[in-house]
Amino acid sequence: MNAPLSIRDLTVAYHRKPVVWDVNFDLPAGSLVGVVGPNGAGKSTLLKAVMDLVPIASGKIEIFGKPYRAQRHLVGYVPQRESVDWDFPIDAIDVVTMGMYGQIGWCKPVQKKHRDAAKHALDRVGIAELATRQISQLSGGQQQRTFLARALVQDADLYLMDEPFAAVDAATEHAIVDILRELQARGKTAVVIHHDLQTVPQYFDYVVLLNMRVVAHGPVEKTFTSENLHKTYGGRLTLLDEVTEAMRRRERAL
Amino acid sequence: MKRIGTLVVLLFTIFVLCDCAAIAQDIDAPMLETGTTAVDSASIKPASEFWRIIFLQDYNTRIVVLSVAFLGAASGLVGSFTLLRKRALIGDALSHASLPGITIAYMAAPTLGLNSKSLTVLLTGATISGLIGVLAILWIRSTTKLKEDAALGIVLTVFFGCGAAFLGIIQNMNHTQPAGLEDFIFGKTSAIGVWDTKLIIGASLISTTICILLFKELKLLCFDSDFARSRGSPILLLDIALMSLVVLVTMVGLQAVGLMLMVALLIIPAAASRFWTDRLALMAVVSTILGALGGVIGAMVSTIFQNLPSGAMIVLTCSSFFLISLLFGTQRGLLPRYLRRKRVNWRVARQHLLRSMFELIEQQKEQASISANDLNRKAIVSLDSLMLQRTWSRRELLRTLSSASQDDLIRQRESGVQFTQAGYTEAARLTRQHRLWELYLITHADVASANVDRDADHIEHVLEPEIVDQLEDLLDEQDFSLPVPANPH
Repeated sequence: MNAPLSIRDLTVAYHRKPVVWDVNFDLPAGSLVGVVGPNGAGKSTLLKAVMDLVPIASGKIEIFGKPYRAQRHLVGYVPQRESVDWDFPIDAIDVVTMGMYGQIGWCKPVQKKHRDAAKHALDRVGIAELATRQISQLSGGQQQRTFLARALVQDADLYLMDEPFAAVDAATEHAIVDILRELQARGKTAVVIHHDLQTVPQYFDYVVLLNMRVVAHGPVEKTFTSENLHKTYGGRLTLLDEVTEAMRRRERAL
Repeated sequence: MKRIGTLVVLLFTIFVLCDCAAIAQDIDAPMLETGTTAVDSASIKPASEFWRIIFLQDYNTRIVVLSVAFLGAASGLVGSFTLLRKRALIGDALSHASLPGITIAYMAAPTLGLNSKSLTVLLTGATISGLIGVLAILWIRSTTKLKEDAALGIVLTVFFGCGAAFLGIIQNMNHTQPAGLEDFIFGKTSAIGVWDTKLIIGASLISTTICILLFKELKLLCFDSDFARSRGSPILLLDIALMSLVVLVTMVGLQAVGLMLMVALLIIPAAASRFWTDRLALMAVVSTILGALGGVIGAMVSTIFQNLPSGAMIVLTCSSFFLISLLFGTQRGLLPRYLRRKRVNWRVARQHLLRSMFELIEQQKEQASISANDLNRKAIVSLDSLMLQRTWSRRELLRTLSSASQDDLIRQRESGVQFTQAGYTEAARLTRQHRLWELYLITHADVASANVDRDADHIEHVLEPEIVDQLEDLLDEQDFSLPVPANPH
C-alpha cells in the first residue's frame, strides 16, 4: 500500500522567498503525525501545498500514491480557527454540513440525512447540543470542535489539521486527543501542526521537525530529541534567510 | 429557509407573468412620451394624480415600479453575498467606471451603424468599461504595493473623470438636443421604457435564480474559501459568477438608480438585514424584500415630486430602512441589545440582593450558634447591613428591593427586609449555585481563592442552565449533598 502522504523535493516560495525548501518525507499509514517548528517555519504552507492551496515551485506530492486532485475525498482538512470570520450568519450544523457539499452535489439542497450526519459528527466532538447556535456565540474551543466535526463528517483516510490545539480549553484538548486516538484505531492517519512541545510525545507517535526544511522526521522516541529540537528552533536567522531578506529589500527599493 | 426563498421568487414570477400580460395588452395603446410628462407643470403633482401613482393606475408608473422592485430585490440578494465576501465596494468601482463606456458607446454608435440612443448599445459600452475598471483595480493591487482601497480610489475617480470629460464633449457637439446621458449619473426612472423593463426584469430573474441555485456553494465561498478550494470547489469560477451577477444588476440598474448611487442598492439592504437575523438564508430573504421595497417607495416618491432624482430617493428610502434596522433589528439592533443588557444587569442585581440577604441571615445564625436546620427564614435584615455587604449605591439597592418585593420574593418592613417563602427558596438555590461555582474554581481551575468571589459572580449569571447541571452533578459526587454547601472562605 502507498504511503498516506508522500512528499518529494517540495519547494514553495512566496515572492521569491522560499518558505518550504526541499522537503522530503513519507508518512507511515495509521500514525498520528505531529508537525513541529517555530513560527514562520512553513508548517501551514506545507499543509496548504499538499492540498494545492498554494502554488508549488517544484516537487511532487502524492496522497496514497496519486495526486491530490484525484484523492480529495480521502483528505479531511481542519483549517486554522482564525482563518475565517466567525461573525458569519450561520450556525454550527451549517458549518459541519459544508464538509458534505461535495457529496451533496452542485445546486442541490442539504437534505435531512446530511443534517443527521452532521449532527452525529457534532455529537462525536461532544457539542451536539450546540448544533443550532450561531457560530459567534460558540467559545474558541467549541469553534475548533465544529471545524473538527466538519472534517470528520467526510470520513476521510488522511486528516490535515492546522493547529487544532491553539488557544482551546482543556476539555476541548482532551476531546480532540480522544478523536485522534479513535481515528488511529480505525487505521486513519492524521497530520497535526502542533505548538506545545511538551505534549508532543504524549499525543503523537511520529514527528516532523520543520524549519523551512525538514530538520528530522521519524518515530517520536527516536526523533524528538533535544539535539534535533535545538537544530529546529536554534539559530533563527540562517544564512539563506538573510540572503533572501536582503534581496527582498533591494527589490522593494527599486 | 431555502423554501421561503424559492417561494418569494415564485411569487415574483407569478407577479411578473400577470403584469407582462397587462403590458402586452397595453403595448398597442399609444404610449405617453416618457421622460417629458408634466415637466412644465408644478413640481408636486395634484392630489388626484398622487393617488393614481400610489395605486399604480398609470401604465408608466406601473412599469417603472415593477422594474425597480425587481432590480431592488435582485441587488438585495446579490448584495448579501458580496457583502459577506467583503467585496461590497467592487460594485461601486464597476458602476463609476461605466461612465466612459456609456459616452464612448454614444459617440461611436453612429459610425458603427447603431442607434446611439439604444439602451443595449449604451449598456454594452458601460459593461465593457466597468469591467476594464475592475480589472485595473485587480492589476494595480497585484503589481504594486498599493492596497485595495487606494486602487479603488484611483480607478474610480480616473474613470469617472474621463466619462465626465466625454460627456462635456458630447454636449458641445450637439447643442440643440440633450443626449439624456446625464440621467445615467443620478438615475431617472421616468426614462424607463417597456423594453428597459423587460431587460431589468430578465436580468433580475436570472441573477436571483443563479443565487438560489448556487446558494450553498456561495455560502461556503463567502465563509471559508480555502476549505472550499481544498474540497475541489472552483473558487475562481464562483467568484467570477458572483462578480458577473454584480455586473448584471449594476448595469441594468444604471438607468433607474444612476451610477453614483447604484452601489447603495447592493450594500444597504444587505447590511440592514444583518441586524435582523443570524441565519444567511433569512438574511438573504430580508435583504431581497428590503431592496424591493426601497426601490418601489423611492421610485414612487420621485414620480410624485418631479425634480427629485429617483436614485437619490431609492437610496434615501433604503437608508431609512437601514436606520430602523440599526436601531430595532431583533438580533443586532442597538435597542434590543441595550434592553438585553439591561435585563441581565437587572437579574444580576436581584440575585446579588437575594444572596446577600441569605448570607446575612446565615451569619446571624452562626453568631447565635443555632443548629444547621434551624435557620431563621423570617429574620429581618436591615438596609444598613445590606449596604455593607456589597459595593452598591443606595439608589441601586432600593430599586432592586422594590422590584423584588413586587415579585413577592421579599417584604419590606420598617426595620428592614424579610424573605417570603418563595424568596427564601430562590435565595437558597442561588447561594448553592454560587458556592458550587466557587468550589469548582478552587478545586479545578487553579484560581487563587481570594479572587474567587468576584469571578464566580460574573460567571454564574452568564452560565447556561445545562452547564450548571453538569457542574452540580460533578460536585455532588464529592459529597456536597447539603442543600447549600458551607461557605468555603
